[in-house]
Amino acid sequence: MATKLPPVDIVIVGMGWTGGILAKELGPTGLKITVLERGGTRVPQNDFAVPLIRDELRFSSRHDMMMDVSQDTYSIRNNPSETALPMRRLGSFLPGEGVGGAGAHWNGVTWRWPDHELRIRSKYEERYGKNYIPADMPLQDWGVTGEEIEPYYDRFEYVAGISGKAGNLKGQIQKEGNAFEDPRSREYPLPPLLQNHASQLFTKTARELGYHPFIRPTANASQPYTNPDGMKIGQCQYCGFCERFGCEANAKGSPLITVIPVAMRNPNVELRTYSWVTKVLKDSTGKKATGVQYVNTLTGEEMEQPADLVILAGYILSNVHLMLLSGIGKPYDSQTQTGVIGKNYAYQAGAGVTLFFEDRSFNPFIATGGWGTSIDDFHTNWNFDRTKHGGIGGAYITVGGSHGRPISYRPLPPGTPQWGSDWKRAVAKWYQGSLNISASASVMPNRINYLDLDPTYTNRFGQPLMRMTFEFRENEHKLVRHAAEVIGGIGKAMNPTLMSKPAPRMTWSVVPYQSTHNTGGAVMGTDPNSSALNRHLQSWDVSNVFVTGASAFPHNSGYNPTGPVGALAYRMADAIREKYLKNPGSLI
Amino acid sequence: MAEGKSRVDVARRQFLGGAGVAGAAAAAAHALTPVAPASAQTPAQAAPPSNAQPQPAGYTFFKPQEALFIEAVVDHMVPKDELTPSGTDIGLATYIDRALAGSWGKGDRLYMQGPWQRGTANQGYQLPLTPAALYRAGIEGANAHCRKAYGQTFDRCTAEQKETFLRELSGGKITLAGGLPGRAFFTALYENVMEGMFADPIYGGNRDKVCWKMIGFPGVSANNAENIKTYNDGRRFAANPVGIADMS
Repeated sequence: MATKLPPVDIVIVGMGWTGGILAKELGPTGLKITVLERGGTRVPQNDFAVPLIRDELRFSSRHDMMMDVSQDTYSIRNNPSETALPMRRLGSFLPGEGVGGAGAHWNGVTWRWPDHELRIRSKYEERYGKNYIPADMPLQDWGVTGEEIEPYYDRFEYVAGISGKAGNLKGQIQKEGNAFEDPRSREYPLPPLLQNHASQLFTKTARELGYHPFIRPTANASQPYTNPDGMKIGQCQYCGFCERFGCEANAKGSPLITVIPVAMRNPNVELRTYSWVTKVLKDSTGKKATGVQYVNTLTGEEMEQPADLVILAGYILSNVHLMLLSGIGKPYDSQTQTGVIGKNYAYQAGAGVTLFFEDRSFNPFIATGGWGTSIDDFHTNWNFDRTKHGGIGGAYITVGGSHGRPISYRPLPPGTPQWGSDWKRAVAKWYQGSLNISASASVMPNRINYLDLDPTYTNRFGQPLMRMTFEFRENEHKLVRHAAEVIGGIGKAMNPTLMSKPAPRMTWSVVPYQSTHNTGGAVMGTDPNSSALNRHLQSWDVSNVFVTGASAFPHNSGYNPTGPVGALAYRMADAIREKYLKNPGSLI
Repeated sequence: MAEGKSRVDVARRQFLGGAGVAGAAAAAAHALTPVAPASAQTPAQAAPPSNAQPQPAGYTFFKPQEALFIEAVVDHMVPKDELTPSGTDIGLATYIDRALAGSWGKGDRLYMQGPWQRGTANQGYQLPLTPAALYRAGIEGANAHCRKAYGQTFDRCTAEQKETFLRELSGGKITLAGGLPGRAFFTALYENVMEGMFADPIYGGNRDKVCWKMIGFPGVSANNAENIKTYNDGRRFAANPVGIADMS
């Protein structure tokens, strides 16, 4: 039997970016808030100390800061006809664990998803006609517009200290920024990062080809910065140990050095680490949550934490898993296409090409996380005519260079032997002279891409694992084939000594790392029959449960998700504080 | 290394250094200052290993026959040449031995619940074996295969026979004794050889940072906020690499 604890007003599950934002924003209400985090504490000056943190083997190859899949993992398959098998090792994506969550070790890329992403179904129908959207694609509007979300993007960017250059300041196009972005009310808090040689070459060629390159916005601070809460962020040192690592210079906009310490100043906010929530508890009507059940993983004891309001703020897959385990909302059934939990799961597609220059050094180790120069001509550019290549969405293209850590970064031309002296000579020859052009492409929902509970495999507490059924479908194939053509054209025009064949990703494998941008499964929307959450990220079925994170995204764009994840968390906090707490119940 | 000659030679190896545990405290922290540019990174700088920091020799995981196999593999994949000493001499066998003896070898962060099925390639690793168990069975199977195909264990095979065997193993053409898929063993072996070469020397491989010197990786680098302004025109930034032990 679980030990029943004294009730609190609000319980938040997970202490990463969104848990931190909610705790910080709701703290001043004076309500008693308990945050339950399944991992341990992190203190940057201790956990991220040099030289300890500069260890590629420990933090990158062996995933020291990530979810431990021996305790809980996902079963995976490409299609419903296959038997899902457990992801026995991390690979394709890397959920975080511990205080700070993935925000402690992310790269930092922060985009504003434009209005045409948020109103995707309406916009495509309006422009291309209703028949343009395939029948097997449950595409839907998010229930929020670009204009409504702009102030919240702004808040998140100023809290995280994003370095970038505006492309559209209140309707005025700025040449150095992303000309295709939606209007923004003010500049980024920090100027863009400096460019490396690879980005300069890319910029020059992209301009010559008529594209619109700009330095990608990211949470790696180009200058020292103090955010609106008075939290200090240091200047990025381009150390090349960013994503998968914590930052010893406090130069990465992270919840650990921004929202979490601010939230914890409030004596009514309590953080309990090593507290693994296994279930959201409901009353006999099933319409109201009464709190959560969790395991204190230091002792193994089961605890019950009663609360009036439950906010799920874990990684997207953890949020959906908890909803399925707790019966919050009706599970999605791919056969009948009814139910909502697990629906519209999406991942990210892409393509890449490697260029080899005999006479140049790019010094790949002088680098930082979200760094890069991008073009958005085939993605956020709404004037890009999708009919020519087919498909919905697009791909943004980047020459990045987040690191040159040699266990994982050793580009070699096709045909190089795998070992021996000739292999070594090739590694030595090309390590410095290579660059990669990558395309990150949208993934639209498909009726047979979804999340549900596995019938066979269980986690450390005997609960069913979450099962992921996912494959890149026809729409993604169209996008990545086109993206491969574009990056191949740019690559050729950059005139390298050698170039690999542009490679579109056509099938999803759990093995190589691709992206941690999983989305959907508890999506927001305007119709309870097709979404799990309303436009305030409140459960349609259990109105005192709110769910943050990319689980709310009804589709995935080519962009990184953290911009809207942060913005929607701020928007949810406003809705809870200004509406829900005054009159608890459904906000719609 | 002469074909078939045993490399389990403890006395010799005591003199093969590496940034081991004992050496860590003694080394001073280095500032990451640029040295002479590009051309200075000559192969001559990369060898031979210094004897400055002896580290414990011997194996804690590999049995003698296994050690012979691993030494032969790393010396075949990473032969002594103008770029580096041999794989054994830069600590690759030591690196793999320590990795297998430690928590990673015992299945740390590996989901080990059955039932077990082969699955598709996209579903990744699906064997009921920890890395340590995979090596045990893999080496035994590899030697059995070589005995059958070439009349001798892998370490005694000719360079050509070794090359053929490793290519077949990497290409998924060999099923080892008991039905063990050869490619799964190769994948682990290859990843570990790469880790031994390019991980921080504190783990026992990459002795004297020789593999970092080979490519020009500066290691546990620190402040590049100025370097990014200077080395952004195609010029090569070169520095004496710094490891964890150097800064500890």
